[in-house]
Amino acid sequence: MAEATALLEVHDVSKSFGAVAAVQGVSFPLYGGEAHALVGENGAGKSTIVKMLAGVHRPDTGTLRVNGADVEFAGPADAKAAGIAVIYQEPTLFPDLSVAENIAMGNQPLTRLRQIDRKAMHATAERLFARLGVHLDPTRPARGLSIADQQLVEIAKALSSEARILIMDEPTAALSAVEVERLFAVVRSLRDEGAAILFISHRFEEITELCERVTIMRDGKHVATEMVADLSVDDMIRRMVGRDLSALFPKQEVEPGEVMLEVSSLSRAGVFRDISFDVRAGEIVALAGLVGAGRSEVVQAVFGVDPYDSGIVKIRGKRLKPGNPRAAMAAGMALVPEDRRQQGLVMDLSIERNVTLPRERKLARLGLLFGGAERRAAAKWTRQLQTKLGRLSDAVSTLSGGNQQKVVLAKWLSTAPQLLIVDEPTRGIDVGTKAEVHRLMSSLAADGLAVLMVSSELPEVLGMADRVIVLREGRVAAVLNRDEATEESVMYAAMGQEAAA
Amino acid sequence: MSETSSGVSGRPDLKRFATWDTAIIVLTVLVLVVASVVVDNFGTSRNFTFMVLDLMPILLIALPMTFIIVTGEIDLSVASTLGLTSSLMGWFWNHNLSIEMIIPLCILIGAVAGVLNGFLITGLGLPSLAVTIGTLALYRGLALVVLGDSAVADFPFNYTGWVTGTLGDGSIPNVLIPIIALAVVFGIVLHATPIGRSLYAIGANAQAAHFSGIRVARTKFWLYVVSGAVCGLVGVLWTLRYSSARADNGAGLELAVVAAVLLGGVSIFGGKGSLPGVIAGVVLLTALQNALRLEDVSGQALNIVTGALLVLSVLLPNIVTTVRGNWQRRRLRQSAAR
Repeated sequence: MAEATALLEVHDVSKSFGAVAAVQGVSFPLYGGEAHALVGENGAGKSTIVKMLAGVHRPDTGTLRVNGADVEFAGPADAKAAGIAVIYQEPTLFPDLSVAENIAMGNQPLTRLRQIDRKAMHATAERLFARLGVHLDPTRPARGLSIADQQLVEIAKALSSEARILIMDEPTAALSAVEVERLFAVVRSLRDEGAAILFISHRFEEITELCERVTIMRDGKHVATEMVADLSVDDMIRRMVGRDLSALFPKQEVEPGEVMLEVSSLSRAGVFRDISFDVRAGEIVALAGLVGAGRSEVVQAVFGVDPYDSGIVKIRGKRLKPGNPRAAMAAGMALVPEDRRQQGLVMDLSIERNVTLPRERKLARLGLLFGGAERRAAAKWTRQLQTKLGRLSDAVSTLSGGNQQKVVLAKWLSTAPQLLIVDEPTRGIDVGTKAEVHRLMSSLAADGLAVLMVSSELPEVLGMADRVIVLREGRVAAVLNRDEATEESVMYAAMGQEAAA
Repeated sequence: MSETSSGVSGRPDLKRFATWDTAIIVLTVLVLVVASVVVDNFGTSRNFTFMVLDLMPILLIALPMTFIIVTGEIDLSVASTLGLTSSLMGWFWNHNLSIEMIIPLCILIGAVAGVLNGFLITGLGLPSLAVTIGTLALYRGLALVVLGDSAVADFPFNYTGWVTGTLGDGSIPNVLIPIIALAVVFGIVLHATPIGRSLYAIGANAQAAHFSGIRVARTKFWLYVVSGAVCGLVGVLWTLRYSSARADNGAGLELAVVAAVLLGGVSIFGGKGSLPGVIAGVVLLTALQNALRLEDVSGQALNIVTGALLVLSVLLPNIVTTVRGNWQRRRLRQSAAR
């Protein structure tokens, strides 16, 4: 697979949004039979590259070449016709159509009477799944499929349209370890059939495991394209960040104070059962477990955005009204939710409005707001978190993922909470920002804040937490102290007996 | 983190001002100026009074409608609520209630109509479009039950006269006072209070608003109550203006209101829009119709103009963004080629 003609070549491509240059003069090739990693901090321009390849954005300058010929995509349909398929982190299937119908969407096989040929459609789906080596029922509706299965349906769809170039934008972010393995097996077999894969991930172990070549970007610019085998993880990080990273998880030792949060026998039918734990001031407690174990559901019930059936939530010994986020906020609780785009931020609103949203009433004078107080508060907190932004009045959607996460943190830290709940605080953000977030959480805890953290990343859990509560299928499977928590002990508890099988 | 002035040339940032609401305000002023020069009698004080009276129901109902559409919902029952309160006003009058009793009672009944809408939408979680189409028919039906096809016309002159009259001997219509007062109150609430901020958040992303401690359902519920109360008030003003309480008063008005709100730059999907824009939209719509009527344009043609304006108001912003995008790309390509 030496320097043959690339299946796809990105050549000196640039793209700006307003005054922000998202991508500047980036070039790299994608070869058939090769998995190519694209890495960089959030805001480095990876997503912009993906959107240009998908035909969503058009490059301002530079060209894309497919099989050596210049192409210009007027829209996603053109990219698809050129054999490019994009698998997003959150697949976009039609939930009420069957799996087979989703796969055939856009090029349904027809009978002679120009009716949709269901038999052929199902046969195609079966054949594709067989080729991918996965077991999915083509007749079942897409609704209720796990994200991992939805991604496989998307991949099958890509195969059905004879895609030769597969672009995967953080496909593993929401997958469990087992699901990641299955996805990788599929990707490897496609690669061996000669497809070119562009793989975006923040997890270096995945990149070293799956990819042959890696392109590193920083601040919209191309830093290097090299063979993965020639680089260590440290090399990659250094080039991404442009500096050496000190300790990745700088958790300070803190003497725990009074009990801040006390959860007893919290239950919600079909979601979680009999959950009890407490968090003390100065402590970081992690909720670990597989995707679907009910971790986010528990913290959302604690904060009151979701209801619960029975149990008690106490904050500083005082019982909290269930299902009432406002009461939780008044009691000093803050929740940085899992889904930044849907729950954490109002993407169309400006940065300042987002930062000040939970405490507009406190900022108002005589019930009135004329922008000044909001602007000052937003400026103060975004500066404190070193958020990279243009204007505070810009829509928050113009920021990169890592900076969006800082805005969510700013939004909640500005409420001066005593208990901070963070759900996947570093999902989909780059190593640099990640380290900043960890340092921030650690220093907040040192100042006496109680932190409850949900995380799927084991190194984060092990590095940060004073205590780890492992959930499995909606129940507490284990409570591990810092010295007991290891990758093995957490994973074993999270997977239960199935791990041994 | 300094203010990055837009663009290469360092010109002041015009883009921030070139929004749809400012465009519609400029267009409205333009139409007013041109019409007073070109159309006979348009600029007279008599015509001004008529225009304000025509504009009153649309503008007043457009105020709460703007709030509701900003949160991503809609209230199509407004004109029927108006009709219902108008009928009840006639019925109460026939049953010898004093007008001083009737007016607050009608506003209250409007609010109750809003309570039903709000309960169905936020309490039971039904879609507002379906609910308010239902209550559109229901309230109009009740209006007919109350008054049938008769009319009540003998309201006291000091009230009817006040609604159609002007301040002193001047040309400022009396109804302009409640119009301006309500517009100012609604404008301040929408643009300079925590409630207003939360309305935009709810419309743009109700889930994120909920996660930020905003009481989404409760807020929406009260919007419908306020909308109903305003419709009750407009029902009273309408009845007094024409000295006629009828079950079919204001029929079809909801379309004019929604059209004006959208024309004023409020997004039907919620989360975007401003009250000055909406007021300009109402004035533009009324002024155009008034001018055309003075030019003896037929009623059907008037409808065509209203419809075309509405379609244009949805179409134009899209065209502008597309053209702007293409132009920007071309400029960048050229500067890169150099």
